[in-house]
Amino acid sequence: MAIYLTKESKVLVQGMTGGEGMKHTRRMLAAGTNVVGGVNPRKAGQTVDFDVPQGLEGLGGTPMTVPVFGSVREGIEATGADVTVVFVPPAFAKAAVLEATDAGIGLAVVITEGIPVHDSVAFTTHARAKGTRVVGPNCPGLITPGQSNAGIIPDDITRPGRIGLVSKSGTLTYQLMYELRDIGFSTCVGIGGDPVVGTSHIDCLAAFQDDPDTELVVLIGEIGGDAEERAAAYIKEHVTKPVVGYIAGFTAPEGKTMGHAGAIVSGSSGTARAKREALEAAGVSVGSTPTETAKLVLARLDDQRQATP
Amino acid sequence: MDLYEHQARELFEEHGILVPRAEVTDSPKQAREIARRLGGRVVVKAQVKTGGRGKAGGVKLAADPAAAEITARQILGMDIKGHTVGTVMLAQPVDIESEFYVSYVLDRAAGRFLAIASAEGGMEIEEVAAKRPEAVARVHIDPAEGVTSAKAAEIAETAGLPPQTVDVLVRLWEVLVREDAVLVEVNPLVRTEQGRILALDGKVTLDDNARFRQARWGTQGVAHDDPLEAAAVAKGLNYVKLDGEVGIIGNGAGLVMSTLDVVAGCGARPANFLDIGGGASAQIMADGLSVILSDPAVKSVFVNVFGGITACDAVADGIVRALDTVRLTKPLVVRLDGNNAARGRAVLDEHAHPLVQQVTTMDGAARRAAQLATTA
Repeated sequence: MAIYLTKESKVLVQGMTGGEGMKHTRRMLAAGTNVVGGVNPRKAGQTVDFDVPQGLEGLGGTPMTVPVFGSVREGIEATGADVTVVFVPPAFAKAAVLEATDAGIGLAVVITEGIPVHDSVAFTTHARAKGTRVVGPNCPGLITPGQSNAGIIPDDITRPGRIGLVSKSGTLTYQLMYELRDIGFSTCVGIGGDPVVGTSHIDCLAAFQDDPDTELVVLIGEIGGDAEERAAAYIKEHVTKPVVGYIAGFTAPEGKTMGHAGAIVSGSSGTARAKREALEAAGVSVGSTPTETAKLVLARLDDQRQATP
Repeated sequence: MDLYEHQARELFEEHGILVPRAEVTDSPKQAREIARRLGGRVVVKAQVKTGGRGKAGGVKLAADPAAAEITARQILGMDIKGHTVGTVMLAQPVDIESEFYVSYVLDRAAGRFLAIASAEGGMEIEEVAAKRPEAVARVHIDPAEGVTSAKAAEIAETAGLPPQTVDVLVRLWEVLVREDAVLVEVNPLVRTEQGRILALDGKVTLDDNARFRQARWGTQGVAHDDPLEAAAVAKGLNYVKLDGEVGIIGNGAGLVMSTLDVVAGCGARPANFLDIGGGASAQIMADGLSVILSDPAVKSVFVNVFGGITACDAVADGIVRALDTVRLTKPLVVRLDGNNAARGRAVLDEHAHPLVQQVTTMDGAARRAAQLATTA
């Protein structure tokens, strides 16, 4: 098992025929993702041939022909798709997600960076009301190694295993996946660095807690907001599996946005120190570097395995 | 992007919210003229993007045009919490009967906007909220419905504001939505002795992501205290100047922030944050290096790349090409991992620049860069 995404997931790509969409659809196919179609109203009825990317021949990728549909609804009707990955530019992202939500998609993974926050508020609220899970925006997506990859996370830096990972940062996700490549992951979810995102640390913690294949959860946070503090409170109350954390941004000055739209310390709120303290108070082991965090994971797994004969 | 008070005031006025008559200037002589036009007696207010102006002496009453000139001369050039006062706003004084607080802020946890309102305005809302939380109303707004008259009436009633404020609450929501703001705040919103409702002071933060549809702001009002920051932004780089000695370049906001922390943990101070983003080209690498190397405070540079979408060999090619255009005078520590790391490392080995060294782990490379910077 895994959370949100399995090899059964049927994936549409909104914006597949654009530059980023083409590049990443090819990578998703090579990772074994069941990409059942693209969406582009101006190219409905066409098909796109994807060759196998160089160097990925051995990873299960085969050349594929993917149909293009005029709308998400048509794509769902023709293929039974339950996931969409959104690569459309910021100005059109809101309409794309609303379209997918209204068509009844189960999971919308919004990769697009730079979406105005009023748009994100509108589509995440609408999606919640309609029962669609949104991951992102401004995220690398999610991957269940060996099964499916919805987004832009490289699939060849780790393998299937029993760690669940939830992170605000793409590159820190990759870093931890790589450091723990010998153990492997159930699912890795990049929830995105914007102030408003569809899926929170808490949502993923709850799903990993219920996932029998996840033994331990890695939680990566960064400055800004109080999502990590809320996650800590949730862990204290509801999570019995070990959690290992990492927080980035201790050196960030007040009032400066550090890359991600949501990564900003305002006044006394949103500091890395407060987040780390809240997690530690909830029994989470927090590393001071990504490498140390990986070592803490190994130590916690050892403890866990010794405790369960 | 935060707006200056006078810019926020202009937006309020455009959307039909009453504000006191006011004008802005950077010259004491003009301040005298403006005061004469406004009737003699004026409030002179420093225009800086920080709170606590009043306490710092940046807001003063002037009794007549001559006093306005003297006061403007005192306030212009003042330093308020690290912000130099470049302009002052002169406003007509208002006879205040009562003061209120109203704002719309983004509630990240709920993923929607929140109206915060209180009948106790004029002071720090955080203080009111801490001492008497029941005096501060918090009402969530459904994005599909927005703030209708009915919703505004609900907010006003919950906060104990007079019914005349309902119209202002609706208009303030229009400012938030139409201007793509992530924060609008009026403090104080006042009722004058004549019974009029006026926005006496306001704060507006616009959403940088919405620039593509809010073209009129352009790059105006974007304050870059630092010339290097301005140069980097002009080149489209994601750069923040810090006050240390280790220059830092990496890919991805999270990894760069983490790199800063790890370097700080090794006893050195990061000189900057520079994220080359995904798919870094040789040009971006060269631009990034040139910005960092032109910072005299930088003693060593740490390039930390975990190749995901970004291929490490492309980064290495970028560094090599950058070294053709940028004269390297400071040691460069490079750590490449992930996508095509072996090829990337080989490219740098082959180039064999005497000031470039590779370390294979992030922690090890951070230690090396910190050591080079502190012993230089």
